[in-house]
Amino acid sequence: MSRAERHLLLEFPTSESMLEAIANLRAAGFNQLETYTPWPVSGIDEALNLPKSPVPRIVLFAGLAGAIIAYLIQWWTNAIDFPLIVGNRPAHAAPAFILITFETTVLFAGLASLLAVLALSGLPKLWHPVFEAEGFESASVDAFWIEVKLQGEPLNEKRIREIVAPSGVTKIVEMMRNEE
Amino acid sequence: MIPDVTDPVIHDVPNDKGLTDQLLRPLWKFTGRWWILIGITGAGTVWMVICIAYLFRTGVGVWGNNIPVAWAFAITSFVWWIGIGHAGTFISAIMLLLEQKWRTSINRFAEAMTLFAVVCAAMFPVLHLGRPWFAYWLAPYPATMSVWPNFKSALAWDMAAVATYGIISLTFWYLGLLPDLAAARDSSTGVKRKVYGVFALGWRGAGRHWRHYKIGYILLAGLATPLVISVHSIVSLDFSIAQLPGWHSTIFPPYFVAGAIFSGFAMVITLLVPCRALFELENVVTLRHLDNLAKMVLVTGWVVIYAYVLEQFLAWYGADVFEFQLYFRDRLFGPYGFWFVLMLVCNVLVPQLYWIHGVRRNPWALFFTSVLVNVGMWLERFIIIVASLSRSHLPSSWADYSPTWVDLSILFGSVCFFLFMFLLFLRLVPFIPITELKELRAEIRPKTA
Repeated sequence: MSRAERHLLLEFPTSESMLEAIANLRAAGFNQLETYTPWPVSGIDEALNLPKSPVPRIVLFAGLAGAIIAYLIQWWTNAIDFPLIVGNRPAHAAPAFILITFETTVLFAGLASLLAVLALSGLPKLWHPVFEAEGFESASVDAFWIEVKLQGEPLNEKRIREIVAPSGVTKIVEMMRNEE
Repeated sequence: MIPDVTDPVIHDVPNDKGLTDQLLRPLWKFTGRWWILIGITGAGTVWMVICIAYLFRTGVGVWGNNIPVAWAFAITSFVWWIGIGHAGTFISAIMLLLEQKWRTSINRFAEAMTLFAVVCAAMFPVLHLGRPWFAYWLAPYPATMSVWPNFKSALAWDMAAVATYGIISLTFWYLGLLPDLAAARDSSTGVKRKVYGVFALGWRGAGRHWRHYKIGYILLAGLATPLVISVHSIVSLDFSIAQLPGWHSTIFPPYFVAGAIFSGFAMVITLLVPCRALFELENVVTLRHLDNLAKMVLVTGWVVIYAYVLEQFLAWYGADVFEFQLYFRDRLFGPYGFWFVLMLVCNVLVPQLYWIHGVRRNPWALFFTSVLVNVGMWLERFIIIVASLSRSHLPSSWADYSPTWVDLSILFGSVCFFLFMFLLFLRLVPFIPITELKELRAEIRPKTA
């Protein structure tokens, strides 16, 4: 059962002014923030207090899985199930198996990094309420947006406008968003 | 005069909006010249497909290959194409990790070159299989015949290496493209907006996305880095695990990797110079980029020269009569002597022009010399393969090779196919990384209050 909540979208012309507004909003107790930026602004993770991404750990395990699976397949098929003796070389030939083991490690780890980034970001998700906001196209071009959830009293909207005004906000758009 | 290293990597960029519009423009505006080029390369591609159909219908006998020269044009072209790809990964992955900021403008371009070069490369071993419709036998699937691939065979190694290289290059390229596809979506309307929207997967540049994205992208760069070394090393093992004079050598892996990066950088120049002129990108692909690329060709060229010298030296120092005869008699005075000398001219002499400042900064001089380097690198693989196979240990089995029209057509067709894919890429996706350039611009821009 989802319930529509009101959010405000604030547009800023530069990354610096956006970061300043985030700091001021957080200081005033607005912690449910999200940003939309055309490129990864450094300092945003700290500003939003985001935890460390689990992507590296996922990639590590995927890589290890790739190595183990590739080696086991080569060993079991070539040395156990159907030993192929060519030129009197050993059926279990570790040096020859290392090449495919290495390549499969990279393959699994690489695919895992793409899939982990997408899955953790909740993508693909072709429609999102922010896309309905007027002028939001600039978020991928040259503008920096903050999304604030309107909590508590109706007066809060006025307070937010007052907090962000000195940072040079260029546009404020209202948005309805279902709680996930 | 300003020293080269401090030249700006981008200039005349008014703001992020202007930059985005400039770099997205090739997606919306169709030029007549592009249609002419796509027509020519498309026709070449169709001709290649016809020749491949003829090859499949009749068999590899339509090629000039025969015992002892069982590997000829197909494997030469395979090694050449896969080598060309390596510079793309070098630029997109290794230079990212080394924080070479100048690479940003040419990064996606070089990666796309990798992708299409791998496609062309992967085609050749399959064509060479004799019964290409059984190519899937290389995968360890549970077959009803209950036999498995032989993983001690170079063919299985090649499949793993090339498949991994292709898939990881595509993954890396696509992840880097995602924010730019979102920019293309947001700058367009109608059907185009929907198509770019689907491929952008709903990317909205949220802080929580970038957090995963940044680390994921760096990890992919780190994973692609060893592929630059490993893929061509594995390709070189196809040769060096054999006992044939001219192949049986431990210097092959580093020699091949250097040659791969050498030819790849030359191919980047070959593609970049016309594109830069065609799409008026002189402000983001500056003379400094071309200058740096030429220097990379020169550096890797010297590694290749070192390998050439060492090969000759070891043939003499190793005191193996077959090796000695191959390197000191057959290479120069044998039936492929002319091509060997031409290879030396293209790979050893031509790159020395890049010592000259004026050549490094003259786009069309770079273009023509880089084409010669690519010709030279193709000949290098041809000499390694054909000149060695034609003069094995047993003089009674010596025989020469000459290509047929099908050999030449498929090689020519693969070049057309490569350029065809590349031209489509130039029109369908932003080929200069817009997001990364904006980030770079923000970094190098003088901070204003």
